[in-house]
Parts: sequence; structure tokens; C-alpha cells
Amino acid sequence: MLTSFLNWFGRTPLTRRRALWGMALVAPNVLGLLFFFGIPVLMAFATSLQQWNAIKPPVFVGLENFMRLATDPAFWQALFNTLKLMAMVTWAEIVLALIVAVLLNQRLRGRAILRTVYFLPVVTSTVAAAIVWAWIFQPRYGLIGNLLAPFGLGDVGWLTSRDLVLHPIAAVTVWQRLGFDMVLFLAGLQTIPRVLYEAAIIDGANRWQRFRHVTLPLLSPTTFLVVVLSVINGFQIFDQVYIMTARTTRGGVGGSATTLAYFLYQSGFIRSEFGYASAIALVLFLITLGVTVLQLRLQRRWVYYEAGEQR
Amino acid sequence: MSAWRQQEPAYTDLSLPLKLLTYLILVAGAVIMVLPFVWMASTACKPPPELATLPIRWIPENPMCLQNLAELYETSPNFSRYMLNSAILTIGRTVGQLITCSLAAYGFARYPFPGRNVVFALCIGLLMVPFQAIIIPEYLLLRQLDWLNSFRALIIPGIFSAFAMFLLRQAFLQIPLELEESAMIDGANPLQILRHITLPLSGPALAAFAVITIQAAWNDFLFPLVVANSPDTRVVTIGISLLQGERSTPWNLLMMGSFLATVPMLLLFVVLQRYFIEGVAMSGVKG
Repeated sequence: MLTSFLNWFGRTPLTRRRALWGMALVAPNVLGLLFFFGIPVLMAFATSLQQWNAIKPPVFVGLENFMRLATDPAFWQALFNTLKLMAMVTWAEIVLALIVAVLLNQRLRGRAILRTVYFLPVVTSTVAAAIVWAWIFQPRYGLIGNLLAPFGLGDVGWLTSRDLVLHPIAAVTVWQRLGFDMVLFLAGLQTIPRVLYEAAIIDGANRWQRFRHVTLPLLSPTTFLVVVLSVINGFQIFDQVYIMTARTTRGGVGGSATTLAYFLYQSGFIRSEFGYASAIALVLFLITLGVTVLQLRLQRRWVYYEAGEQR
Repeated sequence: MSAWRQQEPAYTDLSLPLKLLTYLILVAGAVIMVLPFVWMASTACKPPPELATLPIRWIPENPMCLQNLAELYETSPNFSRYMLNSAILTIGRTVGQLITCSLAAYGFARYPFPGRNVVFALCIGLLMVPFQAIIIPEYLLLRQLDWLNSFRALIIPGIFSAFAMFLLRQAFLQIPLELEESAMIDGANPLQILRHITLPLSGPALAAFAVITIQAAWNDFLFPLVVANSPDTRVVTIGISLLQGERSTPWNLLMMGSFLATVPMLLLFVVLQRYFIEGVAMSGVKG
């Protein structure tokens, strides 16, 4: 019995010693992860089945929180807002980042400086960025107000309008994500073998044809990754909404700027409905999981990989 | 990986008109990217009357940067404290992660033990859970531990990271095994090998890991907002958000606060940009 255990653990004293060292080395991080992230994941499931607020002790209520979620117009509005915001942000950041990356991927003077400039917003805190952009979008005296004044749109209250409030939020998000996507695209462009362009030139392909038939297909793994990261990020937009609306309209007039993450925050930490908020969190998690699974499925079909490329 | 130190791109030289067009687009875009920073700095130095001028002034007529700074401290006497708290949080998490994650990364890379792959996969699986999805139970857990509004809450959960562990493991696997083996034959234990061979040879990866961690910690908002929003433990991102008034907003002070909160990361980036970029490229690989 003891010997069979020892054999499982390691066949020689040396391998046993190595196994012990391995366990000791990984223990702090693994135990910490299990405690601070693993337990909360399990708790999230349990809490979502409870009614739990600041005063009363938690009560098991089964799927009641989810039923309430399904019929809560505020939840559907938050989900819809999130999707709308994502639809505004994702294509814009990706198309712009791709253009910048492709243009930068040429023999140009000042390339390094331009790259640095495009990346600067990425290292800025979203909170500071959102504050600056809230000021930019102030009516009349803000930058945008000034710019649009000649068209009679100077006094538009972007952040206080039910229909427009998502635009400033989308703007700051695109501004902050563009440099991140650009770097991923630049890395992807570097992996495209030079010979393919040379061959295309010999075949008489013009610049557009080379972009369309060499760059785009060979960049598809990167594009795919950028889309997935952008979508996952889009589902988690919180800081911008909080900063741009929390002190004034708290999630936009009539909840028009409330995203899923902000709705979760409101339910959990403003209204102290931990059970209900956990149900929202679970939906957020399932959506993210769904995107990831979809990614793995679609990757095989849509993305072109060179034969033998390891992933 | 080295998107920053690019080789010559695989394109033919551009004709002059195309080159000009390229510059035009790139420079116009760059100006748009920079304008918010300029607008922030310009506003931070404006006296209140100049906040409401038409047309807007890019360069304040009566710049009062220092007066605004002084007024920021009048409005928010704890602002230095918030900056300091952010620094403590940032250093604590970065040093902590460096220790726990390099140990674990080294263990997973070099010391096979039964169940290693399962444990590793479990950790990586946690990466799929968005942090917001567990913010409620995380808060409840820290409340249960009576850690709310303390630096323990701000720092300790943040020193464990599956992502950093994954990145460092990738870097450690690149190091030639022979170097470690010869040290082992000389009688060095794994901790000594990690300290004297593996870590020194992983410089660029460690730097990339550090800047990504520093940047994320300094800019963190939701987690500190939820678990440590008391005057003593408040971080600077929350500090500047509190400058927003319910009715009137002192935009010059807000811009001054945002400027102070942004400058450390911008400086860090300008000095270490190569590692920032590598960090982003590496974090892209995780997907």
C-alpha cells in the first residue's frame, strides 16, 4: 500500500523529492487562487439562489432571482445597452486599429513616435480618461460642443440625453482600446512571410489586392483574437459609465447608460441585493463563457492557419 | 512577440503621393489621440472664468497651475494620501505577484508532481471568469474575514494571479535546462536556482509582467471602490472621481487630479515602452 503510493508519487527518491518541491513551489499561488477566486466562484452560484440583503439573513429561494431577472425591464435594458455599446465600439476600434497598424507597418520616418502616441491612452486609467472625455463632451464649453457650435449643435447635452449618452462612453472606450488592438495587429503583421508579398508582386497584384488577398487572410488569427478580446471587454464596461454618469444621472437618464456591469454594481452595492446581483453576475459569466466557447468553435472554421503552425 | 522592435516591413516603397496620404492619415489620427491629454493639461491650469470662454482657449491667458494644485488640496485634503495608497497597492501587488507567481511558474515548469496538469488547468480555467462576475462573493468573503477598508483587502487577493503565473511559466520554459541542471549538481536547491539562474535569465519577461501588473494595479477602480472606500485606504482613481460635484463641477481641479493620476503611468510607459508592448503582445497570446 505504502509502496504503491510512493510509486504513484514518484518512482525514485529523486523524483519524489522533485514532486515535493513542485508542490511546495506552486502551493502559495494555487491555494491563494483557490481561496480568493475559486471559493467566490462557488459562492456566486450559491448566492444567486438566495435572497440576501443588508438587513435580513440569506434565505434559499431557488431560481427566483433568475425569474425576476427575466421579467425585470431594467435588466433587459442593461443587456440591450451593453450590446448597443459593443456594436458601436467593436467595429470602430478594430477597423481604426487595423488601418493604423497597416499604415504603420511600412518604411516611414517617425514610425516609432507615432506608435507611442497611439498607445498612450492604453496606459491611462479609464477613470481619468472618462473624466477628461466627460469634460470634452460638456455642452457649449466642452471641446465637442465648440466643434459642433457652427452647426447649431453646441448645446447638445451628450451625457444628459437619453439617446446620446452611449456615444461619449463609446468614444472614450475606442480611444483607449485602439492602441491595444494596434499592437496586436502589428505583432500579427510581423508574422506574415515577406516572400508572399514578393510572390504577389510578381503575379502583378496591386497594393489593394495584396492587402485583400495576402494581408487580410493571413492576419485572420489576430483579427479573430482582437474581436474576441474586444467583445469580452465590451461586456465588462463599467468605469466609464460610473464616472460619466454616477454623480449626475446614475447610469444615464432612465437607465439609458446602464450596462450589465453597472447594473450588477447598482444591485449589489447600492441596493445591497447580493442574491439578485449574483444572478446578474452569473449571466455575465455565462455570456463570457459563451463567447469563449464560440471562439474555440469558430476559430477552426474561419481562421486561416498556415499548415503545421502550432497554436 | 517583439512588435515594438519591428523588422523592416514587407512592403514595397511607397510612391510620394501615397506616402503623403499615409502621413496625413497617421498624423491626423495621432493628433486626435493626443488632444485629450493637451485639453486635460490646458484645463488643469485654467482659472475658473477661463473654463467658460468662447471660443475655447488652448493656452490659458492667466495660467494658474500652482494655484489650482493648491486648490485641489484644499478641496481634497487627502489627495496625497490617495496617491500614496495607490502606490502602496501597486507596489504590494507587484512584489507579491512576483513572489507567488514566479515560485508557482517555476514549480509548474520544472518540477513534475502527480496531478500537475489538472491543477494547472484549473488555475488557467479561472482566467475565463471575468472579475466582475465574482465581485459580490469576493466582497462577502472579505467582509467575512473582517478585511474591508484595509490594505489587506486591497493587496492580498491581488497577489495571486493565474495570468502572471502563466506568462512567467512560458518564459521559464525557454531557459536551457542544462544551466539549471549544472547548478543542481553543484548542490543548489530549487529556490537558489530560481533566485540565481532562472529569474536573472528572464529579465525581459519579468519586466513585461511588472509593467502590466503595475499599470493594472494603479488604474484599478471597481475593486477598491467596493472593498476599501474609506478615507484612509481610498486610492487615487476613487479620489479623483469624488471631485465631481453633484451640481457644479470644478473641471480645472478634476483635470489637475486626473493629470496627477495619469502622469506616473505615462512616465513609466515612455521609459519602459518596449516592455509594455511585449506585455500586451503576450497578454494577447492568452486568448
